[in-house]
Amino acid sequence: MASKDRRSPLARARGLGSARGGVNHWWAERVSAIALVPLTLWFLGSIIAHAGSDYAAFIGWLKTPLASISMVLLLLALFHHTALGLQVVIEDYVHSSAKFGAVIMVRLGCIALASAGITAVLRIAFSW
Amino acid sequence: MDPKPPISDMTVARPRPLSPNIQIYRPQLTSVLSIANRITGVMLSLGAVGLVIWLTAAAMGPRVYGEVHAVIASWGGRIILFGFTFAFFMHLCGGIRHLVWDTVHGFELRWIYISGWAVVVGSIALTWVTWTVSLLLAG
Repeated sequence: MASKDRRSPLARARGLGSARGGVNHWWAERVSAIALVPLTLWFLGSIIAHAGSDYAAFIGWLKTPLASISMVLLLLALFHHTALGLQVVIEDYVHSSAKFGAVIMVRLGCIALASAGITAVLRIAFSW
Repeated sequence: MDPKPPISDMTVARPRPLSPNIQIYRPQLTSVLSIANRITGVMLSLGAVGLVIWLTAAAMGPRVYGEVHAVIASWGGRIILFGFTFAFFMHLCGGIRHLVWDTVHGFELRWIYISGWAVVVGSIALTWVTWTVSLLLAG
């Protein structure tokens, strides 16, 4: 079935056909959303609990293994979900040739921000 | 007898009718919540950038963290943070509504409106609880 179409998935998508990646995108958006429910609620609860804390108390909390691991997981799930969501928004409203570049910029931006956030958490976790 | 133009020219010359869009429909709870889920999602993307700035400042030491914290604790910062809190709960509640729909439940019109108002009331209530508890703990 797939062998009849000699175009690449990108060429097919550009010709307003399906790149056959839709189901994967849909699932990834849901799985990251489900992961974000406990992670974001944990984050919000922790921030509320530290509403009056100073820098030392905040760093002391972020250095605990549970907090460090949860924060890294939050950043991974958050930026994965952000990249998937913003891609859909761009694809729905941008119809010029800027669409392709915008999606790539969002993807790269999300990877860069997730890397920066994880690096910050690891620096705090392994400092003393 | 006039020669008829080829069909391809006729289709190009006459703009095709478009189906009516948002400018003609009265806003309803369903459509407003649909676009609200997108708007809050885009807003939270900016919040995610703020999260990374905040974590990076914390990793850079107490001086940089203090500067970023001063911006967050200012009135402008608090208003933006309040907006992010409401956007978060709206996107969370709306997202859970979508996940329920993904299981092919809650599509009866009655339940569409019940869950819709639950999202509105839930996000307002959760935002209020979050800020009340935070301000009480911060003293």
